Amino acid sequence: MPQTLFDKVWARHVVVAETAAHPATLYIDLHLIHEVTSPQAFTVLRERGLSVRRPDLTLATIDHSTPTLINKDGSRPFVTEQAGKQVETLLANTEEYGIETHGWESENRGIVHVMGPELGATQPGMTIVCGDSHTSTHGAFGAIAFGIGTTQVGHVLATQCILMRKPKTMAIHVNGTLVDGVTPKDVILHIIAKIGVGGGTGYALEYCGNIFEQMSMDGRMTVCNMSIEAGARCGMIAPDQTTFDYLKDRKFTPEDYDAACVDWASLATDKGAAYDKEVYIKAEDIMTMVTYGTHPGMAMPIAANIPIAADEAEEKALIYMGMTGGAKIAGVKVDRVFIGSCTNSRMEDLRAAADIFRGRTVAAGLTTIVVPGSELVKREAEAEGLHDVFTAAGAQWREPGCSMCIAMNGDKAAPGELVVSTSNRNFAGRQGPGARTVLASPQTAAASAIAGVIMDAGSLV
Amino acid sequence: MTFAPLKTVTSKTLVLPAANIDTDQIIPARFLTVTSRDGLGKHAFNDWRYHEDGRETDHILNSDAAKACEILVGGHNFGCGSSREHAPWSLTDYGIRVVISSEIADIFLSNSMKNGLLPIIIEKNAHQWLLDHPGEEITVDLKTCEVRLPKNGGTFGFNIDAFSRHCLMEGVDEMGYLTAQNDAIATYEKKQKARREL
Repeated sequence: MPQTLFDKVWARHVVVAETAAHPATLYIDLHLIHEVTSPQAFTVLRERGLSVRRPDLTLATIDHSTPTLINKDGSRPFVTEQAGKQVETLLANTEEYGIETHGWESENRGIVHVMGPELGATQPGMTIVCGDSHTSTHGAFGAIAFGIGTTQVGHVLATQCILMRKPKTMAIHVNGTLVDGVTPKDVILHIIAKIGVGGGTGYALEYCGNIFEQMSMDGRMTVCNMSIEAGARCGMIAPDQTTFDYLKDRKFTPEDYDAACVDWASLATDKGAAYDKEVYIKAEDIMTMVTYGTHPGMAMPIAANIPIAADEAEEKALIYMGMTGGAKIAGVKVDRVFIGSCTNSRMEDLRAAADIFRGRTVAAGLTTIVVPGSELVKREAEAEGLHDVFTAAGAQWREPGCSMCIAMNGDKAAPGELVVSTSNRNFAGRQGPGARTVLASPQTAAASAIAGVIMDAGSLV
Repeated sequence: MTFAPLKTVTSKTLVLPAANIDTDQIIPARFLTVTSRDGLGKHAFNDWRYHEDGRETDHILNSDAAKACEILVGGHNFGCGSSREHAPWSLTDYGIRVVISSEIADIFLSNSMKNGLLPIIIEKNAHQWLLDHPGEEITVDLKTCEVRLPKNGGTFGFNIDAFSRHCLMEGVDEMGYLTAQNDAIATYEKKQKARREL
C-alpha cells in the first residue's frame, strides 16, 4: 500500500503498536533539551531512582533564559537570579547524566532548533522531540518532530520512548510561481491564515509542491517551525538533494553518508498515498504577509486593509493591537523591531535583512535588535560583515538566544509598544505585558525599522 | 508525578469564553524560570488578574466564586501555543480539575492528562450552553464519559482516550507503564542497531 512520508517514519519507530486500550509506544531518535522545560523532569528521575536511558541520543543547550548581552566584565546579566539558577540547573543536570551540552563555552550553542540542524543531529526519517512546541522546525528534514511537555521529557529521558496515538495526516500543496519578494515566512503566514490557528489540530502536516521543493533548508525550517501555529504538532517536507547537501559533513552526519542518502530518499510519500485531508494553495495568491491581531491566524497581505472584526474576540484583538478595521496596516507606527527566533534567525534571514539595512538608517526613536540563532550563525554573519551592516544602520547585534520571541530573558517591549517581529507568536503580552506584536518576514521587519512604520520591503530591494 | 484519582467532579463552572486562549495567557513566559512545578496557581492568567504594579484587577478569576470552581469552560481552541506544562500546573494549583471546550490544543491536552487535569472536548451545542450559563453547577462523570447539565441542559457524552481515562481514574501516571516495557524497548534498539550495521 502506498504510504505517506509521515506513515513511513512513524512505522519505523513503533516499539509497541497502538490498540483501542493504549497508545503506541514510539521510539525517539533525538531528544533535545533546554533549561526551561527539563528541570522538573530530572527531579522526577531522581525521585524514582531512574537513569537517563540514552544520553547519547540526548543533546542539550541553553537558549530561553539566557541574556543576549554580556557585561563588560564578561558576566551575563540574567533578568533574575532565578533565570541564572535555571541555566545552572540545566548545566548541572546534563553534567551529572553525561549528556552532550552546548553551554557557554560551546561554539555551537544556540536556539535549540537552530543548533540541532547545524550539528547534523537532525536527520531525515528520525523522530525528534523537545520540550518546546517549535520542535516542528526539524520536520523540514523529513523527520517527525514535535513538542512535548515536561512529563514526557521525563519519559524520554528514562525510556527513550513516548506514548502517543498516531495523528491524522494533512497535505498542504503549494504550487506555481511566488510573486517577487514573497518569502517562506509569508508562505506559512498565508497557510495559517487559510487553515486557521486550530486548523491543524490532530494532524501531522506535510508541505508538498514545487514551492517547498525550491526552498532552501533555512526557508523550509521557517515553514515547518510555524506548523504548531496552525495547531499541528508537526509539519514535514520530504527530504531531497537540498536536504542531503545541507547535511553533508556536519558533526553528526552518518559516516556512511551515501548509503544514508539512499535511505533518506526512500522516505518521500509514495504516489497514490492517501492523506486524511488535503489543502491546495496557488503560489500566485500568496502576498507579503503581516499579522494584525493576537494570534498567528490573524494574518493579512501587507498591502490590504485591516479586516473588519467578525466577532467579539476579533474586536477585542483589534482594540488590543490599536488597529482599525478597514484602515491600511502599512503606515502604522512601529516602536521596536526584533529580528531573530527559531523561525527567522538563520543566515538566509540575516542576509535578507542586511540587504535592506545596507546603507540605510533605522528610524529615529525606534529600537531594533538583531539576535542570531546560534554561535555558528553569529560567526558566519560576522565573517560576511553583516553585523557591521546592522550596527551601521543603528540596529543592535546581540548574543544568540530566543530573546524577544518569548521575552523571558528580559529582552522585551514596554506596555503599548508595537513590535514588528520575525518570531512566531503574536499573543497578547507575549513580548512583554501590554506589548503589541506584528509578525513579519525579516525583509518586512527591516523595511519597517527603516521607515518607522509597517512597510513592505518592495521599494527598498 | 502522582495525582488524586478523578472519577466524578461536581462544581460550578468558571467560564472564560474567549476563543483561542493561548498558553501565554494561562501563564506568561516570565514565570517559567522556576525549577519546580509547585505554587504556580498564583500566576495562572497572571496578566488578566494583576495590574503591572501587582494590584488585583476586577477580573472574575480573582473572585472567591471563581476560585471555588473546579471546572473551567474555555472558548474554542483552548490552550493553543507553547508546550509549557506550566500551563496545566498553574491551573491545577489554582484549583481546576476539568477543562471543557469545543476544541483543545493537542499539546495542552496531552500535558493536562498527565497532571490529573481532565480535558473534555464537547459538542458545539453543549459548549454553547455552558458558555451561556456561567456559574451553573454541572457534573462531569469520567466513569460514564458524560457531562450532566442542570435546568434541562441535558446530558452529553464525550470521547476520551481509553488509556488516559484509565490513568486519570486510577491516579497513576505513564512512567510506570513505560518503564515496564523495558524489554520491548531493548529488543527494538537491538533491531535498529542491526539495521544500521547492514
